[in-house]
Amino acid sequence: MAEATVQPSKTTANRIEIVLIGLGVAALLALPFFVYPIFVMKMMCFALFACAFNLLLGYTGLLSFGHAAFFGGAAYFTAHAVKVWGFPPEIGILTGVAGAALLGLVIGFFAIRRQGIYFAMITLALSQMFFFFCVQASFTGGEDGIQGVPRGTFLGVFDLQNEHTMYYFVAANFLLGLFIVWRIVNSPFGLILRSIRENESRAISLGYSVQNYKLAAFVMSAALAGLAGAIKALVFQFATLTDVAWQMSGEVILMTLLGGIGTMAGPIFGAGFVVALQNMLATSDFPVTIATGLIFMVCVLIFRRGIVGEIYAWLERRRGEKPE
Amino acid sequence: MIFGIPIQAFAGQLLVGLINGSFYAMLSLGLAIIFGLLRVINFAHGAQYMLGAFIGYLILAKLGIGYWPALILVPIAVGLFGIIVERLALSRLYEVDPLYGLLFTFGLALVLEGVFRYIYGVSGNPYPVPPALAGGVNLGFMFLPIYRGWIVVASLIVCLGAWLLVEKTKFGSYLRAATENPKLVQAFGVNVPMLLTLTYGLGAGLAGLAGIMAAPVYQVSPLMGSNMIIIVFAVVVVGGMGSILGAILTGYMLGLAEGLTKVFYPEASSIVIFVIMAIVLLIRPAGLFGKDA
Amino acid sequence: MSSTAPLLSVRGLNAWYGESHALHGVDLDIREGETVTLLGRNGVGKTTTLRAIMGLIRKRTGQVTFAGKDLIRIPLHHTARAGIGYVPEERGIFATLTVDENLMLPPVIAGGGMGIDEIFDLFPNLKERRNSQGTKLSGGEQQMLAIARILRTGARTILLDEPTEGLAPVIVQRIGELLAELKRRGMTILLVEQNFRFASRIADRFYLIEHGKVMSEFPVGELENRMDELHEVLGV
Repeated sequence: MAEATVQPSKTTANRIEIVLIGLGVAALLALPFFVYPIFVMKMMCFALFACAFNLLLGYTGLLSFGHAAFFGGAAYFTAHAVKVWGFPPEIGILTGVAGAALLGLVIGFFAIRRQGIYFAMITLALSQMFFFFCVQASFTGGEDGIQGVPRGTFLGVFDLQNEHTMYYFVAANFLLGLFIVWRIVNSPFGLILRSIRENESRAISLGYSVQNYKLAAFVMSAALAGLAGAIKALVFQFATLTDVAWQMSGEVILMTLLGGIGTMAGPIFGAGFVVALQNMLATSDFPVTIATGLIFMVCVLIFRRGIVGEIYAWLERRRGEKPE
Repeated sequence: MIFGIPIQAFAGQLLVGLINGSFYAMLSLGLAIIFGLLRVINFAHGAQYMLGAFIGYLILAKLGIGYWPALILVPIAVGLFGIIVERLALSRLYEVDPLYGLLFTFGLALVLEGVFRYIYGVSGNPYPVPPALAGGVNLGFMFLPIYRGWIVVASLIVCLGAWLLVEKTKFGSYLRAATENPKLVQAFGVNVPMLLTLTYGLGAGLAGLAGIMAAPVYQVSPLMGSNMIIIVFAVVVVGGMGSILGAILTGYMLGLAEGLTKVFYPEASSIVIFVIMAIVLLIRPAGLFGKDA
Repeated sequence: MSSTAPLLSVRGLNAWYGESHALHGVDLDIREGETVTLLGRNGVGKTTTLRAIMGLIRKRTGQVTFAGKDLIRIPLHHTARAGIGYVPEERGIFATLTVDENLMLPPVIAGGGMGIDEIFDLFPNLKERRNSQGTKLSGGEQQMLAIARILRTGARTILLDEPTEGLAPVIVQRIGELLAELKRRGMTILLVEQNFRFASRIADRFYLIEHGKVMSEFPVGELENRMDELHEVLGV
């Protein structure tokens, strides 16, 4: 999806991003005093999920249609580890992340055997297989899911039952996740991923074992999506089939597409927008699926760069340079 | 008894597998035709199948138009819907990455499913078996409902017809040639944009036909499409989309495999197709009938 | 040479492959019944000129008029319908089509095209193999098929891209005879050819293309005088 990803000159992008990061962190710290914390926590979970997904789509050029498996899978693993095994939250989250990474390794192993559209279909099919597994497996609680997951005490010190403590715990994890994504993207490894996205055969001819890089990116993306899912399980104190269903895989694609594929900030905005929209529609009569579908269609037809991508492109044009 | 399973149960599950396989074959066939020419993976294929079943259900409930006329009217209606979608939207996406076609049709599928869910809820609506095909025959080893036998025969006819259309007609030769090199075909004076439109309409129409045929077997429900499309995706990954015949054969084979699994290990029946897909990916990544890697 | 207006007139034709600017203002004219050959080294834009005239390259500017009709602003499939047949360099035989299907593929655009029997009289090899796959044919047979299918359409103007490339001398000979016959029948031919010896037997005029534009134009009579120039420019 190279043609949709705008690559603004390094300086513009960096300047904007530094300003955004500053504003974002400040807002993040202040928000729980103005907004219902759980709403912001939900946004952070999905924003991290979308950034993890974008690591794969935006920076490696792989469209996974099965990321719900990692997000929802980790939610189940964490919920089970915390509730049944009595693990503390930090170990519970690590369990979820490790489970998601393992799942990513398995699904990725099969999916990287094909490219493009087939890759999307394979990830969708395998995540659906995981969905059916979750329907039948006993530890997931079937249709009921795992309810009443205790948040526990972080490092034995911070009581996460306290809504504000929980909020800052989530915010810290969220920032940590974003930092990891940012580090990966801006590392030599990330550079190779981008060269695979731009021209896979060229990357092969340069001697990179493209398959290994793709698999590594897939596993990292899965693990980070798992981090988001694990935290979500603690925030809402349950894990259900909704988070492993294919609709969830579609939602994260939408967040990324809407925000701007291949931009750091895009998925965050996209996730914020979609979560806010869902919140709004939840109290109205209008079905979320229809809204989601319509946004998809509009984005693909006239708005392929997404919100942040369009802003970058507009800034670039204003600077009198050619976009792209 | 076969392997300790009563032969009635065995034959019954095989028949269910064959019925499912019939729908997999009809749907993956249309998906393969569309993909071959348009390079679009039609995520809305399941929704168009659902649309077919619903149009059949609605014209029966509201207008009293029964199964037989519906068998003609429904594919035309869904085909026209497809033609409009292609003209208004898909035709604008041929120049960009094929993944956008997938994403657009995904959005379309969500909207279609959402609209029907909103109006009719998620519960299924029964569609009566047409009187001419009601009842069943006792084959000695099993009881065969006539409608199910009809599905198997009719889907074979549809698949054969589609194969003949593609392989033996002028339209089919345009379609195959344009699948190879659309620009050159157009440079010869063939209206390829129109051909693309008609092909998408044809694929959508086939999905609609499968939908109305499925209506008396399964319940008519807004969710029937999304359940189906993911399995059909696995079918086309297994078959490879290079060959029409391959798509058809794979559809029937995987339906039967699913039926057999229901006999021997029912817990795995919902995932067996995905397992087969994974195995095929290991052994033959291009798919059983695929040419490209 | 008659004084009537040219049948095909190209003015200031520019064309781009993506970002790369391939034609820089090509000008040429072809009168009805004329055979004109584009000469030039590999990669100077001969094939691109044909593709841009046909409309196979959409990113183009300038004027292309054929029989008074502006070809720039019409959809690709209308170019052929204006009366132009195209025989591409790679021959464009469809692998999934039989010889018969390949032959019947291009729609008939005007009366007066050859009938199937006439074509098979002209190309007996094709008749024998009419049910085999198009790409199972030899290179020469594929070239015959590529030309034959255009003759069926009734197009009176043909753009031919390197019909002799990679073919055995005896086949080249046959194609030469065929083109001479088409010329006798009054067809207008725009030929891209590296082999100017071959072209000189049928061409009325030559255009020498370099760097995406026409460097010089001369009638066949001047060919001998320009040998040194040609050898230098074409590097033969």
